[in-house]
Amino acid sequence: MSQRIYIPCDTTALSLGADQLAEAIQQEITQRGLDATIVRNGSRGMLWLEPLVEVDTAQGRVGYGAVSAQQVSELFDAGMLEGNQQHESCIGLVEDHPFLKKQQRLTFARSGITDPVSIEDYIALDGFNGLKNAIAMQPQNIVDEVKTSGLRGRGGAAFPTGIKWQTVLDTPSEQKYIVCNADEGDSGTFADRLVMECDPLMLIEGMTIAGLAVHATQGYIYLRSEYPVAHKLLNEAIERAYKAGYLGEDILGSGKRFDLEVRLGAGAYICGEETSLLDSLEGKRGLVRAKPPLPAIVGLFGQPTVVNNVLSFAAVPYIMDKGGQSYADYGMGRSRGTLPLQLAGNVKQGGLVELAFGISLRELMEDFGGGTLTGKPLKAVQVGGPLGAYLPASQWDTPVDYEEFAAVGAVLGHGGVVMFDETVDMGEQARFSMEFCKVESCGKCTPCRIGSTRGVEVIDRIRNGENANANWVLLEDLCETMVDGSLCAMGGMTPFPVQSVMKYFPEELSASR
Amino acid sequence: MTVGKEWTEQSIQLIIDGLKHKPGAMLPILHAIQNEIGYIPEKAVAQIAESLLQTRAEVHGVISFYHHFRTTPPGKHTIEICRAEACQAVGCRSLEAHAKQSLGIDYHQTTANRQFSLEPVYCLGNCATGPSIRIDDDIHGRVSLERFDELVASHQQDMKEVG
Ligand SMILES: Cc1cc2nc3c(=O)[nH]c(=O)nc-3n(C[C@H](O)[C@H](O)[C@H](O)COP(=O)(O)O)c2cc1C
Ligand code: SF4
Ligand code: FES
Ligand code: FES
Repeated sequence: MSQRIYIPCDTTALSLGADQLAEAIQQEITQRGLDATIVRNGSRGMLWLEPLVEVDTAQGRVGYGAVSAQQVSELFDAGMLEGNQQHESCIGLVEDHPFLKKQQRLTFARSGITDPVSIEDYIALDGFNGLKNAIAMQPQNIVDEVKTSGLRGRGGAAFPTGIKWQTVLDTPSEQKYIVCNADEGDSGTFADRLVMECDPLMLIEGMTIAGLAVHATQGYIYLRSEYPVAHKLLNEAIERAYKAGYLGEDILGSGKRFDLEVRLGAGAYICGEETSLLDSLEGKRGLVRAKPPLPAIVGLFGQPTVVNNVLSFAAVPYIMDKGGQSYADYGMGRSRGTLPLQLAGNVKQGGLVELAFGISLRELMEDFGGGTLTGKPLKAVQVGGPLGAYLPASQWDTPVDYEEFAAVGAVLGHGGVVMFDETVDMGEQARFSMEFCKVESCGKCTPCRIGSTRGVEVIDRIRNGENANANWVLLEDLCETMVDGSLCAMGGMTPFPVQSVMKYFPEELSASR
Repeated sequence: MTVGKEWTEQSIQLIIDGLKHKPGAMLPILHAIQNEIGYIPEKAVAQIAESLLQTRAEVHGVISFYHHFRTTPPGKHTIEICRAEACQAVGCRSLEAHAKQSLGIDYHQTTANRQFSLEPVYCLGNCATGPSIRIDDDIHGRVSLERFDELVASHQQDMKEVG
């Protein structure tokens, strides 16, 4: 049998030269007249090792990390195809790597193992088992299974997914919709991207199950335009799913219909907010709608609509295959199951870490992340995207759990963990939070639109030492006004990172106070 | 993206007619036009408005809301630099300054030889291996100042004509 060599095709691998590497390896194979085939797999999520080349051996897949096209000839000489582990870039058996071995991968079980768009690969590793079960069930029983799992939305607000689906199921209508929120705008997050690039059929399966559960026949994936690779792979996976009968008018001969289409966003952070997203899908400016009515009752084109994050849908095939209880068996308190965390920023070993809720932030950053990339001491960590607080050292023992984070004034959000070393200027970070809100506000309400502009000005004055004390009080008031008076969490949470800097790093915002 | 491609009223109408039946067709149409010719020309705004039974002001309103859409022709290559937090943590602020200085332009501007347009972007999902930039449809990670210069140089050279 032809020897298989795996080279990932996700954005990060590509951003570090995976295509050039694949070309060089192909050339080497041809030149040496070897019987070997390149497979473009997804990423394992050990992103600091990309491009991570793997070769099949009798013991399992052996990996070579951060390989460049220039090294190929040397690696072939060093016996890479035989899995020779002497070369310095060899990481041994990939699945024995501690970064992977210590994880609890339910959603990311296949990521990096398979060719992302191969239906055959997908089926060989439990793919579509959940859908097959769902087809044989009553909609109410599917919803009940999701309720049993305890799954809470992974997009940020952590609302129970089963309850949302129940509302849509209970709202009668000729046409209902399933909308996947793939806007993933938070800095430091890329788990949605990895699902879409490394295991897109899982998202398709999850959305199809949602369609069966609430009687919806049309699905849309609202994908941010910043993700060209995900766009290509999703479309390819959808096309193949149609051809193989997993999408369309007669799913697996059940007589049930589900159609799915990808729609591109256009560079607006606010369109990740679900009602703004729906307006955008309808072809309008992405203005936030007042709630109620909930999208579950009056959603896309005025119809009942399930809006869920990529990771929420992606958890569903496992739940429908192994049962809601086996998902709920992971986790702590009211945070059930696993959370795909993302280590980013100034981190030595950045990447995707899927774990049951409960691990401490410190363990995550040290045991998995290996500390900072620069090797300098860590100073602050922003969790949960641009609207999340900066956590100082005193809070790093907080367990990863929605309620525990809320208790220290922080948010878990979509699970992004952005690390900063001691060189960061926290005053500048506070300013950026306001600046970002100014750029990305939808403009509908005053506290957010005007408040963020004033926020930048006031912070500039404080940093310049102009009336620092008076302006400090002004900034406190401004933050409160934004929190209390904004229509959505854009204006309502932008103060969180600012307030965390004021509380834990005051001397960096104002040296002159 | 095919930048600088010739377009006519007919070629734009063809794009619109191929998509206008879709529910919420506005964004798909704007994307398709910008993909084809690099921006949304004023003439196209009128055609979209007519085809979707909306006013020109409404179409303008949509275009101006989204950072991605542009109404003037871009340079041959568009360079987007990630300004968001995870890239800040690994030095994107100095990369931004370097890019502006070495290209001699600010954000939302195009070099005099029309080779490069420079745009900010807030996260490319490449946050574990920043600083990250996007040139046309390719994303690049761990972009040091030297790497940036190399990438710019390799895109300077390919003067082969499009369209
Ligand atoms: C400013 C803002 C940005 C948001 N961005 C996203 C996003 O990029 N992706 C996402 O899934 N949810 C985002 N959300 C949350 C959504 O409004 C919504 O709660 C989510 O799509 C529901 O899905 P879930 O229950 O599966 O989490 C955002 C919310 C706000 C206020
Ligand atoms: S808080 Fe900001 S983003 Fe949200 S509705 Fe108001 S103006 Fe729009
Ligand atoms: S995008 Fe509407 S106020 Fe800035
Ligand atoms: S913050 Fe720059 S790629 Fe995500």
